[in-house]
Amino acid sequence: MNFSIIFDNWKLYLEGVILTLQLVPLSLLVGFSLALPLSVMRVSKNKVINLPVYWFTYFFRGTPLLVQMFLFYYGLSQFSFIRDTFLWGFFKEPYKVALLSFSLNTAAYTTEIFRGAIERLPAGQIEAAKSCGMSQWVMLKRIIFPIALRNSIPAYGNEVIFMLHGSSIAGLITLVDITGAARIIYARYFSPAEAFITAAVLYLILTFIIVWAFRLLEKRFLSYLKN
Amino acid sequence: MFDFLYGYGPSLLEGALITIILSIVSLFVASVLGLITAFMRLSKIRFLEIIGLLYTTIIRGIPELVMMLLIFFGGQVLINKMVQSLGFDVYIDINPFFSGSMTIGLIFGAYMGETFRGAYLAIPVGQIEAARSCGMNNWKLFTRILFPQMTRHALPSFGNNWLVLVKATALVSVIGLEDVVRKADLAGGSTHKPFNFWIACALIYLLITSVSNRIQRALEKRYNIGFQESDA
Repeated sequence: MNFSIIFDNWKLYLEGVILTLQLVPLSLLVGFSLALPLSVMRVSKNKVINLPVYWFTYFFRGTPLLVQMFLFYYGLSQFSFIRDTFLWGFFKEPYKVALLSFSLNTAAYTTEIFRGAIERLPAGQIEAAKSCGMSQWVMLKRIIFPIALRNSIPAYGNEVIFMLHGSSIAGLITLVDITGAARIIYARYFSPAEAFITAAVLYLILTFIIVWAFRLLEKRFLSYLKN
Repeated sequence: MFDFLYGYGPSLLEGALITIILSIVSLFVASVLGLITAFMRLSKIRFLEIIGLLYTTIIRGIPELVMMLLIFFGGQVLINKMVQSLGFDVYIDINPFFSGSMTIGLIFGAYMGETFRGAYLAIPVGQIEAARSCGMNNWKLFTRILFPQMTRHALPSFGNNWLVLVKATALVSVIGLEDVVRKADLAGGSTHKPFNFWIACALIYLLITSVSNRIQRALEKRYNIGFQESDA
């Protein structure tokens, strides 16, 4: 093994880490923001409101992220109303397409995580909030979200790790993320072991940081649950 | 329907068949590895416990795609170097189906290990002690007491792993396996109708995951007989 080629090309890997560290947090942010209203719609008893969200999460959780990304990147170019309008400015950019597909994907998983947490709220708390005269909005803001989001922390930590690992496919649509950098090094020097082990170690480090951060979050927000 | 796919329907189905077979073979490898790992982690031999822990922690921290590229391309170079150092002047190609299913099996073995470990820990110690006091050996203890009950506890998480595994097989198209993703890519390229084929590909995955969900629910119902919680 000859890791000197890695040290000679550290800038490429740095570029990859930076891109991964842009794509993942941005997608998570968009996905999280979408999931908040979507999860409330998902638990609604009105079919017109909950069914579209149900189909959205069903589609995005039932198909591979890779297929979703290809559907947006290659698939949509088939339509002239996309190719010939301002939309093409968006869909021809691999970075934006990756961001879009990652965001929608994590939004779907996060919606289901929040839904689970909302449905597990003790009925007494909702009844108490109602009997205090809280409106739907105040109840969401003061009771439902603070408790449900806290209880979602462990599951959401897993989702963040899945998103980090899922983002490794960005390299397949020409982006240079960590995996993309490794593929370039592999192709240039034909030394797969060094190239991909380096990528694996970088992902491991990022994963451990996420695990550690969520352990801190759990300690801060969920310690009252431990006896 | 076939107009929508421009005659590529059979080719897509062929790809779907590869995806399904690959998933099932990988699931088998993952389950065997998972059982071994679970018992390594539960063993009282410190060395085995640490190996099991390292395996589950490291594998679950690396993306599937990176593992696949490492094993497929890295393995290729490693094997050929070994063959050449032995004095043979041949080039060996690793079969993508073999390395794909081994890689996916290796990755999901780590997840299955956690699943089975949790299922084992859910069985009351008293039952194991009782089995021992009846004179059962390890094998009988496993087949008669542990396995039937572990199945029940492991099913929800096992089914979830299966769904993630099926979706992970989409990545094997990268190492050249002719699965449904690769077939959709080829057909979309030659007909200039990529959208049709990516939608068809997505629907095939949806069908697989939906059927799996049904089966899982039926199995859970079957294994939970006698433990049913009231639906009140």
